[in-house]
Amino acid sequence: MRATQPAEEMDVRQAAVRPILHPGELYWLVVAGLLVVVGAGVLAYAHQFRDGLGVTGLNQRVTWGVYIADMVFFIGVSYGGALTSAILRLTNAPWRAPLTRMAEAMAVAALLIGALFPIIDLGRPDRMLNLLLHGQVGSPVVWDVVAITTYMATSVIFLYLPLIPDLAFCRDHLGPAAGRLRHLLYQRLSLGWQGTPRQRHLLEQNSTIIAIIIIPLAVMVHSVLSWLFGVTMRPGWNSTIFGPYFVLGAMFSGVAAVILVIAGFRKAYHLEAFIEELHFKYLANILLALGIGYAYFMFAEYLTEGYKMEGYIVDEGSGPLLEALMVGQYAPLFWAFIVGGLVVPMALLSFPRTRTIQGIVTASIMVVVAMWLKRFLIVVPAMATPIMPVAWGSYMPTRVEGAITLAAAATIPLILMVFFRFFPIISIYEMEEMAEANAHRDAAAQHAEAD
Amino acid sequence: MAISRRRMLQGLGAAVALTASAGVGLATSPLRPSRSASGTPEGGADSQRQWAFVVDMRRCDGCNDCTAACQSTHYLNKDQEWIKVYEVKARDGSTYYMPRLCMQCENPPCLKVCPVAATFKSREGVVLVDQDRCIGCRLCMAACPYNARYFNFTDPPRPPGPFDNPMPEFPVPQRRGTVGKCVLCAHYTSRGRLPACVDACRMDALFIADLNSDVMTNRSGETLQFSRYLRENDAFRYKEELNSSPRVWYVAGHGQALEERRRR
Repeated sequence: MRATQPAEEMDVRQAAVRPILHPGELYWLVVAGLLVVVGAGVLAYAHQFRDGLGVTGLNQRVTWGVYIADMVFFIGVSYGGALTSAILRLTNAPWRAPLTRMAEAMAVAALLIGALFPIIDLGRPDRMLNLLLHGQVGSPVVWDVVAITTYMATSVIFLYLPLIPDLAFCRDHLGPAAGRLRHLLYQRLSLGWQGTPRQRHLLEQNSTIIAIIIIPLAVMVHSVLSWLFGVTMRPGWNSTIFGPYFVLGAMFSGVAAVILVIAGFRKAYHLEAFIEELHFKYLANILLALGIGYAYFMFAEYLTEGYKMEGYIVDEGSGPLLEALMVGQYAPLFWAFIVGGLVVPMALLSFPRTRTIQGIVTASIMVVVAMWLKRFLIVVPAMATPIMPVAWGSYMPTRVEGAITLAAAATIPLILMVFFRFFPIISIYEMEEMAEANAHRDAAAQHAEAD
Repeated sequence: MAISRRRMLQGLGAAVALTASAGVGLATSPLRPSRSASGTPEGGADSQRQWAFVVDMRRCDGCNDCTAACQSTHYLNKDQEWIKVYEVKARDGSTYYMPRLCMQCENPPCLKVCPVAATFKSREGVVLVDQDRCIGCRLCMAACPYNARYFNFTDPPRPPGPFDNPMPEFPVPQRRGTVGKCVLCAHYTSRGRLPACVDACRMDALFIADLNSDVMTNRSGETLQFSRYLRENDAFRYKEELNSSPRVWYVAGHGQALEERRRR
């Protein structure tokens, strides 16, 4: 990171703004492909909006399904992006500079999508405003509305603050090729940034404040999300560790998603000079630690649940919930999560031979997919468990639910791709600050040697 | 209390007689409760009812007449069983039937979690849903320990006639996208009529009761002292340990009363 200064500076600036001007030929192809998936999802939702939730596989026993799993998943992914960036900022990790922009943008994109799912899941989305008109402080749904909107505002500010100097750079250095719309955007949004010491001080101060605020906020968002389940008396949800369990799960899936976003853009926009294998290894360490933590939480949750045989109704002869998960009807999904989401990825991240970019990206893909599965396994079996003397309920998602879920997943890269057509993909300001700091340190070291 | 009980008995007697003969037009019944008193059974005014329910499982033969009567009264989709009869296999191999309606909890877990206060409790202690306010989030269904709540996934059957202004006490027709549940036929009880399920139970296994006047009665007009009946028959409340204080009491059994009746 401390190569010849002027040359690299130019490189950073060029690399960061290149997607704005020259996204490459593949760009439109990928955008078109994603738009098709998103379009299918929009059509599916239109169908659901017209005909009601009867078009889903939900029923009187399993009244929450894929949409609730999606909500937890996408908001969790968002959380990982924001938290990674905030923690790296506060701990002043010097390697964070080329990654923060992408992580923060992904946090906002995933949150925009995740926040739609509580609405998609509503029976009467047209009455959404009742939440404001008649909101009850005692209801976890209202806690969610408050937490998610606050977090959304904060994560937008968190993305925006470090963007200001970069916007000023674009304003001053991007020629007419950028177009009038972009210039207007840069003009307005850069807030007259000139890089004066006072401006830099203010930016520094406020970025730190927001980074401090966003950590408890993100913890809060995911805790109240978990309490949608935790406040009920259902086997599998009636747990005191649901708050921290969900927070850790969100970070786990979020860091894996950050790795995927970074790997994708690194390859597509040739950012190899700035994002090196070392960055992936640092992120892999975080992912590994979170995975071990998550495995521990899960073990603690299932041990206590299984020991008390939760969900066991004597007269009906239905087995406890954990039995259904481990050897019953949910066993294939359960073991797919254990092996595909924990054992194999953790192994890939641990052994030096597989701790390559390829291995780390493979592990991250597995974690992201498996963590969606895990959310499904948290939501659905607990709903299908008999709590009255009846047999298990059943639930098979329909194509409508599948199409909407896929569309949501496709929207995140789409939003990011469009976003980086307007805003620099790497934080130029932070990269240069980091380079300056390094130069200072080198100079100091040379002085010390000379003395 | 004595006056109240007498009046209750008069009212219930009249109601039973009338439902047996004509069964309609009871708006002037003396049972119509005042709307002024507080909602607690202890503090209730003299004319205030506090509705409760008794299920004598010794008598239930699992015929499902109650479910059918409820569904036709409220024009429900077939997947909505506001009163549902569970067929339970005991460990000794025997079978018994357990009708489950809304437990009308005094501390309802469904009411606590509702984000828009669409679920509320009437002054007579009945848990009701305002389907013009419900947003259909279904958290109440997750919170109910008795599976007593139902969601309108599709449009309900259209009732004939001018039923276009459903109210919580008589939610007909149901609204698609909202949650519905047993309302203990609040529109009937307020007019001195029996709930549809009680009125349909030929086995006389279902009783409507009033905590204030300490009286319970069934389809045949058996009118008993509620507290004494609970005590003498070891009545219990389902999942009492959850502290939701249900207002539905069960008398356990495996159709013993049924056998007696057959012998007779």
